Amino acid sequence: MKHEVKLVESRTTLTLTYAVLSIALVITLFPIALLVLNSVKPAAQIVQNPLAWPETFRWDNFTRAWEDARFSTTMLNSAILTATTIVLVCSTSSLTAYVLARRKIESWKIVTFYLLGTTTAPIQLFLFPLYFGFAKLGLINNPFAVALIYTAIFSPFAVMLLRTYFLAIPRELEEAAQIDGANHWQIFTRVMLPIVSPGILTVALIIGLYSWNEFLIATTFLQGADNMTAIVSFFLLSGQYSSDWGEIMAAALIIVLPVVILFVLLQRRFIEGMAGGSVKG
Amino acid sequence: MHRLYLVPTLLINVVIIFIPALLTVALAFFRWDGITTPVFVGLQNFQALWFDRVFWTALTNNLIWTGLFLTIPIFMGLLAATLLLVARRGSMFFQVIYFLPMIIATAILARVWQGMIFSPVSGVNGMLQRMGFPTIDPLTQPSTALLGIATVDLWHWWGFLCVIFFAALRQVPQEQIEFARLEGASFWQIMRHVLIPAIRPTITLMMIMTVIWSFLVFDFVYILTQGGPAFSSEVLSTLAYRSAFYDLAVGKAAAVAVVISLFGLVATAFYIRAQTREFQS
Repeated sequence: MKHEVKLVESRTTLTLTYAVLSIALVITLFPIALLVLNSVKPAAQIVQNPLAWPETFRWDNFTRAWEDARFSTTMLNSAILTATTIVLVCSTSSLTAYVLARRKIESWKIVTFYLLGTTTAPIQLFLFPLYFGFAKLGLINNPFAVALIYTAIFSPFAVMLLRTYFLAIPRELEEAAQIDGANHWQIFTRVMLPIVSPGILTVALIIGLYSWNEFLIATTFLQGADNMTAIVSFFLLSGQYSSDWGEIMAAALIIVLPVVILFVLLQRRFIEGMAGGSVKG
Repeated sequence: MHRLYLVPTLLINVVIIFIPALLTVALAFFRWDGITTPVFVGLQNFQALWFDRVFWTALTNNLIWTGLFLTIPIFMGLLAATLLLVARRGSMFFQVIYFLPMIIATAILARVWQGMIFSPVSGVNGMLQRMGFPTIDPLTQPSTALLGIATVDLWHWWGFLCVIFFAALRQVPQEQIEFARLEGASFWQIMRHVLIPAIRPTITLMMIMTVIWSFLVFDFVYILTQGGPAFSSEVLSTLAYRSAFYDLAVGKAAAVAVVISLFGLVATAFYIRAQTREFQS
């Protein structure tokens, strides 16, 4: 896969290359560094100089953030919503991706184009009737209803990504199982699914990330204090009139940290999944 | 039998996206407050938009946004990706860092930039002002608010393009580059005549997606300025959202959503055509 491409040999060019790449690195990390640095500073010191090293470490920023953003409730809500979405997307999308990749039905083309089309549909195109419809049915503040919305929005992406994994499976495997007398459901669950499990894991990670971070749907459909997600409670905390930015950055770090740890551990999966799903189709 | 495999995905998709989307198109011809019976008004909502200054500001802002994102991040992404190809050593590390902002929630990134960088009280901006530099908070000026928001989104977005372009560049056959080098081509010549033509399909696809996404932009605008000051940074998606949920003018919101979708539809047609090649193989 990786070619040993030699574009230039001169030392100056190489130095210049690393200089430019490093500048981009600093620009990328600067706001994130400010987030981490100021999460342990007292508000008064942030106002003086957001760039300075903390004079005193205010670890209680984190405990106050946890209390004020009601993270013990909202984090749990986010976790439940994320887990439900992952289960729904992975189970429904793997079925669809299998059928479309193997062209099991005559109308596979129409279905594929329909799903491709919905990946580009603006949320506003369906948001308003959906909201007022759900309101009528009493589904506002219902995490399962929101998980269904996420599933609808994210599953075309998941189908397209999983499709490439199913395509990579040799046809002979399926035929051999058929000769052994396996029915179509057994072929799918016992032969195909175990082989595409790395793809399902990638989809689970990315759908999990999207659900955990999602703002527009969450803030619209989950407004009750006991139903909102961690992102929405962070948004409300940080929008208050008198703001303690140390506490806000601590709240931000609490939400971001688990995501960043997962990303560092499984970077290849994240990058290939997010880049692949939108490019390869 | 395989037809049944598609039922969960399609059922969720049709109920959450397709039917509400049709209802939105219908609602664009009604006056509705979300509660009472909708009243048919014909083209009145569209006429009202035509004479609405905020609508034209929002549409112009979306077009400016598209222009910015079709040029700056694509150039930055291409340049950094090519430099990663030159550097080779450490390219994975740089790539992971550039990608990092993509995995952090937009709500959090928006608040970090707002409080730690732009704010004249708690941000780097305020520190510069106290040191005597004539800097401004771009979010509070009508002439710069949109650019301030775009800066945050550009910072968050360009690394994603860099990673995608780098993945595509690594697939360019080494012989082509070697041959160009033997011919005595410079770095810029190789980039212009060998590398960019080789990954043109990827660049085209990203540009189509940029157009689609530029008409969907919501989170950063909604969180950073709510479209202000004085509607100067309003975009179509925030205008629709505010009309529906703050002014309870759901018909008007639906009309705006239809306009967003018309722009999206053109880009989507190109998107599906670009993706078709993959499905024919």
